[in-house]
Amino acid sequence: MRLALLTDLHANREAVSTVLAHAQAQGAQCHAFLGDFVGYGADPRWVVDCVREHVARGAIAVLGNHDLAVARAPLPSMVSDARVAVEWTRAQLDAAQLAFLDALPLQHEDDDVLYVHANAYAPTAWDYITARSDAVHSLQATAKRYTFCGHTHIPALYHLSATGKSGEFSPTPGMPIPLSEQRRWLAIPGSAGAPRDGNPAACYALFDDADRTLTFHRVPYDHAAAAAKVRAAGLPQRLAERLLHGE
Amino acid sequence: MASDGPILPKSLEVGQVIDGFRLEERTHQGGMAALWRVTRVEPAGDSTDELPLIMKVPRFMGGDDPTTIVGFEVEQMIMPSLTGPHVPRFVAKGDFTRLPYIVMERIDGPSLRARLDAAPLPIDDVAQIGIQVATALHELHRQHVVHLDVKPSNIMFRPPRDGRPGEAVLIDFGLSRHDQLPDLLEEEFELPMGTAPYMSPEQVQFVRNDPRSDLFALGVMLYHLTTGARPFGSPTSVRGLRERLVRAPVPPRALRPDCPAWLQEIILHSLEVDPRQRYQSAAQLAFDLQHTDQLALTERAERITRADRIGRFKRWFRAIGSESGDVAGAAEQAARHPILLAAVDVLGAEPTLLDAVRRTTQRLLETAPGARLACLTVMKINRIGMDELADADGGSRHVNLLVQLKHWAHPVTQGADATGRVTFHVIEAPDPANAIVEYARRNQVDHIVIGARSSGGLRRYLGSVSAHVAAQADCTVTVVREASPIG
Repeated sequence: MRLALLTDLHANREAVSTVLAHAQAQGAQCHAFLGDFVGYGADPRWVVDCVREHVARGAIAVLGNHDLAVARAPLPSMVSDARVAVEWTRAQLDAAQLAFLDALPLQHEDDDVLYVHANAYAPTAWDYITARSDAVHSLQATAKRYTFCGHTHIPALYHLSATGKSGEFSPTPGMPIPLSEQRRWLAIPGSAGAPRDGNPAACYALFDDADRTLTFHRVPYDHAAAAAKVRAAGLPQRLAERLLHGE
Repeated sequence: MASDGPILPKSLEVGQVIDGFRLEERTHQGGMAALWRVTRVEPAGDSTDELPLIMKVPRFMGGDDPTTIVGFEVEQMIMPSLTGPHVPRFVAKGDFTRLPYIVMERIDGPSLRARLDAAPLPIDDVAQIGIQVATALHELHRQHVVHLDVKPSNIMFRPPRDGRPGEAVLIDFGLSRHDQLPDLLEEEFELPMGTAPYMSPEQVQFVRNDPRSDLFALGVMLYHLTTGARPFGSPTSVRGLRERLVRAPVPPRALRPDCPAWLQEIILHSLEVDPRQRYQSAAQLAFDLQHTDQLALTERAERITRADRIGRFKRWFRAIGSESGDVAGAAEQAARHPILLAAVDVLGAEPTLLDAVRRTTQRLLETAPGARLACLTVMKINRIGMDELADADGGSRHVNLLVQLKHWAHPVTQGADATGRVTFHVIEAPDPANAIVEYARRNQVDHIVIGARSSGGLRRYLGSVSAHVAAQADCTVTVVREASPIG
């Protein structure tokens, strides 16, 4: 079974639809959405409905900090552009869409995998995993072999051996990585809707649970169109600029 | 037989079936792993059904060095990504939670270990082994992998075919590193990892991403096969290992007076302490071994006593860290040091086309400072074995072509730093296109530059050499055409 992992979609319809088509062409049979479906982008209604439809067909979805902020109130830690986007987004969504976001679980577990937006050790504090020590902290907080999360927007893979040796790795797009059962793994696919590593192409990953391989992908999409919509919606200019440059 | 519980390697017995593979015979029991000849109970229905198979089952002892386990994990991770005749074909792997194993193609030929006892070997044999191993290493490096444990017992040879020696096959990827996969060994070791006699100076310093480490190990093997002695002995301590950083080997000719200058040049070039002073790609090493008459000899070739290594080591040691961009991984290192082939019809082509081919070649060389250039022209003969090449006429044709080829390349070789970078080759063949494609394949050429055919009626009738080369070559081909007026 091939599972498509999408995170940090950020109301970017152009990116999400392109990624979903790419995943389908790669044989994805199911999906996990790792949070932050809204915020920043100009198409929150379309993206929320898209995730809802997938969830209705069995997909996994967990809560992100932007989803929580839109459903409830902006978080104290949010920067001003994010606050503006939260207020704007809330006004776009109907009651059912807001209720969907509000009801998202903080995390989801199956046999082998923990799905969570930020980390396993303090999911509601929204700490970022930006270094190996953060990843080790998170891996030690769950018994699951695999942790799939988002929040940092940068594709990354961390691992921890039974003897406590850890490693970090910056993945090459399109290269299947066998995830050995001898160690535990934490994977961040990178942001589908707001990439921030200097490359504007959308990120996602495919997990093949038969041969236990994970493949990170980069998918070019019409980011100029997505940025134009952000401008047209009256959202901060800076948010459009970031889509153009992937920053 | 199938069960979900763990299986102990020592409980395995003949006739047992593991995941569809029947154990036929234990062919080897080493300290680290057992090898079983296996057959498939049911055909898989793919091309691996034709292969003779072995199953490698690691032996983990209680209190074992965890690196043995991680090494097998690494091998299970890297082997499925490898292809081609220079590695055993990967077939299947077994889960660590039940029985870790790798099923792979069984290589029927011998390992190089047996030849080591017969050293010193005839010079031609040493060169042939060097070509085969370097060719295999280049293919591995192109696939993003540095082997990091190159030694005779990890090199096997396929049986000869069609009068040609069989390919060298690299085995045991337990210490290897793949540019595009996580390095599981990065954190594991407190001591340098590798096999002591073969370990490169940078491996001693814990560097794991430099493909030139494999060329150092190949240099150690060639030294041993040539002289019967190891260049750095067989140290058993880290202190002993570090000696190679500051102490140069005794030149091979001091141990074996009939060792040719070119072979000493190649061996000592491979054994330089600073990887930047070594061959920059395995293909360039193989190229020199295949064209020893054109090798540019340096003072290395003439040495009869150990060189001063302290100065070089100090320079290199200072450079470590300050030049982190020096190596960008195995495949990138190979790509930055390509072999270019200019296939030039020096007597047949129009002068303006010859100029255009040279300009394109020069531009490519300028963009790749690490490149080698081989200039090639084909002397067409009627049929193999039917020409009188030994006669005065054939000989003078050959010499004339070489003179013309060097003249053509003169503006290129005139440039700085052409020594040792540019070589010239006249080959005799009935079919120029096939000869060029074959030459490129044998020498692992990365890029062929060739002139397009002119519009002459004869060439149209004969077909285009460049079109055939572009269609058949394994590498990039640039077909140079003169701009002609539109209309």
